[in-house]
Amino acid sequence: MSFIADSITILAVSAGAVFFLAGTVGLLRFPDSHSRLHALTKADNLGLGLVILGLVFQAEGLLTALKITVVWLVTLLCGATISQLIASTARSGGASM
Amino acid sequence: MADFLLAAAAFVLAMVAVGLVRILRGPGDADRIMAAQLLGTGGIAALLLFAKATNAPAAVDLALILGLLAAFISVAFVKGVTRPETDDA
Repeated sequence: MSFIADSITILAVSAGAVFFLAGTVGLLRFPDSHSRLHALTKADNLGLGLVILGLVFQAEGLLTALKITVVWLVTLLCGATISQLIASTARSGGASM
Repeated sequence: MADFLLAAAAFVLAMVAVGLVRILRGPGDADRIMAAQLLGTGGIAALLLFAKATNAPAAVDLALILGLLAAFISVAFVKGVTRPETDDA
């Protein structure tokens, strides 16, 4: 049982790290603000989500597992709101583009 | 398992640090705030991995606070940049 949990953790955390790598590469290489935002939100939502999915299998108690899941949900909520705000700012040309 | 989690935390932090190059290059303010946003998310992931690897549960609270502050940074940026003349808030 512990072997299965450890395997899932290693797989999920590695996949999450790959999404952070992809987010960074996209942020540096994509040509304009909106495609960069696209790369960023993948790292935000999927990268962190997969890391947390891996950590849930290592949590000692139900409370700890719920707590780190709540961290993910808060980040999802903030990320969705902020992406909209940044995109509308970039689009309106409010920021120096 | 602890070694793997620590290595993953270091990898995520390294990726985020590379992403900070975008703050130097710009060109727009929105691009710079995106790199800061990535730093916030990567910091949360690294803190959670660190909390599990070193058995320091208090770091989970730090991750929550970092998530909250990262959200506030971006909201402050948007409020500061888009300042319509009719809006005195």
